[in-house]
Amino acid sequence: MKTKRIALVGNPNSGKTTLFNAITGANQHVGNWPGVTVEKKEGSFTYRGATYDVVDLPGIYSLGAFSEDEIVAMDYILTDDADVIIDVIDASNIERNLYLTTQLLEMGKNLVIALNMVDEAEKREMKFDVAAMSRALGVPVVPTVASRDNGTEAVIKEAVKAIERKRVYQNPLTYSDNVSHHHEHMVELLEGKDLPYPPAWAAIKVIEGDSHVISRIEASTDDATVLNGITEFHKFHSSDNFELEIVDSRYAFAHRIAEQTVKRPPVEVVTLTDKIDKILINKYLGIPIFALIMLAVFQLTFAIGQDLLGGYAAALVEGLGVLIERFLIWAHSPEWLVSFMIDGVVNGVGAVVEFVPLITVMYLLLSLLEDSGYMARAAYVWDNLMRAFGMQGKAFISMIIGFGCTVPAIMSTRTMDNKKDRMVTMLITPFMSCGAKLPIYSVFIAAFFSDHGGLVLFSLYAFGIIVGLLMAKLFNKTIFKGETSYFIMELPPYRIPSTKSVMRSMWLNVSDFIKRAGTIIFMVVTIMWLLAVLPGSAEPYSQSSYLGRLGTLLVPIFRHAGFGTWQESVALFAGIPAKEAVVGTLGMLYAGQYMEEGVVLVNAVQQHFTSLTALAYMVMVLLYTPCAATISAVARETKSVRWPVAMALYTFAIGWFVAVLVFQIGSLFGFA
Amino acid sequence: MMSVSLTNLRAGEKGKVHAIAAGKYATKRLYEIGFNTSAHVTVIKNDAGPVIVSINGNKVALGRGLAHKVMLAKDQ
Repeated sequence: MKTKRIALVGNPNSGKTTLFNAITGANQHVGNWPGVTVEKKEGSFTYRGATYDVVDLPGIYSLGAFSEDEIVAMDYILTDDADVIIDVIDASNIERNLYLTTQLLEMGKNLVIALNMVDEAEKREMKFDVAAMSRALGVPVVPTVASRDNGTEAVIKEAVKAIERKRVYQNPLTYSDNVSHHHEHMVELLEGKDLPYPPAWAAIKVIEGDSHVISRIEASTDDATVLNGITEFHKFHSSDNFELEIVDSRYAFAHRIAEQTVKRPPVEVVTLTDKIDKILINKYLGIPIFALIMLAVFQLTFAIGQDLLGGYAAALVEGLGVLIERFLIWAHSPEWLVSFMIDGVVNGVGAVVEFVPLITVMYLLLSLLEDSGYMARAAYVWDNLMRAFGMQGKAFISMIIGFGCTVPAIMSTRTMDNKKDRMVTMLITPFMSCGAKLPIYSVFIAAFFSDHGGLVLFSLYAFGIIVGLLMAKLFNKTIFKGETSYFIMELPPYRIPSTKSVMRSMWLNVSDFIKRAGTIIFMVVTIMWLLAVLPGSAEPYSQSSYLGRLGTLLVPIFRHAGFGTWQESVALFAGIPAKEAVVGTLGMLYAGQYMEEGVVLVNAVQQHFTSLTALAYMVMVLLYTPCAATISAVARETKSVRWPVAMALYTFAIGWFVAVLVFQIGSLFGFA
Repeated sequence: MMSVSLTNLRAGEKGKVHAIAAGKYATKRLYEIGFNTSAHVTVIKNDAGPVIVSINGNKVALGRGLAHKVMLAKDQ
């Protein structure tokens, strides 16, 4: 027997993924802003001995889709064979959410409603008559608080029952007389034509002029009467606008249900959210507060992740290194193995692992920000300024996500329905400094700017934003001319981040970082090590090794930026597969070069750089070609080869140019 | 009944959506997000930047350009 499928559908930020995690035990990323989930996610669970597949979809407001993420959800609903849909509704926003429910009912979908976040609605003194709602809609309604796993069991139970029961098609809507009249005729035309949809629904979609559905109907039949009938209808009614009439009937239905089953307080309760917003999105304070929040994030990241915990991680890696070395010598291992394990693995990969506490703290703070509801506010306060650079506020959410990792930042642009906005945002997200670059800055900051770690870090990130905005302006003036799209953003209520979800999000990122250290970083460092000790005739780690020769070729490129030794050049090259490898490679090369025990990377960096060249190097790392994962994400999202290649080259050029500028101007003023 | 643009309402003022004079897509978007005909809207913030309104207690921010195209019948 085929495994039964359950799909989660609902408005953005209604808690589908939270419910998905609760049902399946999965660990998908959640956050408190509309548009966290941009692709279809699958999972499964077992209930009373039977296994069920669950599909989590991006949020949609209606069945007419605009952006990439919405198209994924809409396509699934239009073509899938899910046995039941769990329609997740944000209880405190019931009317708007019921608008989508209405469309699903109209379509004849087998539904179970999860009336989610009832706790928040109750805080606003809303009361629900769940039984009456269920009767009025003709489908089961289950109140839930998915974040606390309340009602999950009951939803599963109802969904399983609904699968067995199946829903009999019955259109709950009454349309205006005008629309009803055309509807009857259209149903007659479509009845019995073996279309993939119920005729009553197909007919209303034709009248509404829904191009997605019409093209599907036209593709599914070659019946001339149907095809001609549809064309004739639109030709004849080209000046009529039935769409808004139909939308109004849907809203009237949703409104009626809400009136009948939800009690609201006579005066809206002033929530804590309203009070907080008075300050956080104030006309004058909005952007300064944003800057303060980011500054706090970086200060805390440094204070806790580096100063407080960093030492332990470094000591642990060092201790492990000594242990491994003693063991290898005790076991009479060949010299090359000792060299590989110590110089390559311990000093290379270890140099990256040392930064686990640092990035753990940063991801923890970023996920607190994501869960709090502040992201949508950041988009709001930046909208005006972003507009001056030809972008809109929504792009700013992608940019903040980029502080964690550029790959999800690029994927998050799927929520933008304007193609131009989306392309420009993708092209500038690499300038938002990601978590993998943090270890690099950290080494240079420890070597030269240890008194002002948080501030230097904050300045680098801020500089990344500035370069990004300037480039956006340039793109808007040249290759992406045209209107910037309108800004519509829901501002969800602030929530105290749940420990579970913050820990989950942090763990997802940290475990990914550790996994990368064990896989791609290990691979890159291994290749670098091989190139550094070969050929056998050359002195290992010297300029006559393969790596030395390669680095020497690159040296002239970077000479003007002040970091013209082959090690420094080659480390930047190693950073293209993955940014952490810059630190890994420097750690391996310096350790090999000095051939003494316990060479601390920071000390080696102090010998090879000055504070000015360190600054230029950090700026280069901030801006130059993003990692391979990012480049391939751009290839995937744009379905092209041209854009990722263009991105890799232009970011390199910008990085190089600015690094040279920093070094040359700095030298001019006598810094060194 | 006089209809005014959303941008003309000050914080605290209320109105009922009367018409939307934006393009087809933007209009549909606005409809979906709750600006359907006769929806009650309370302006929360209208100074610099996007206008924030509350529809049934849920806040939505609209860019000024778009907010300008939402016509309301202002409550007295």
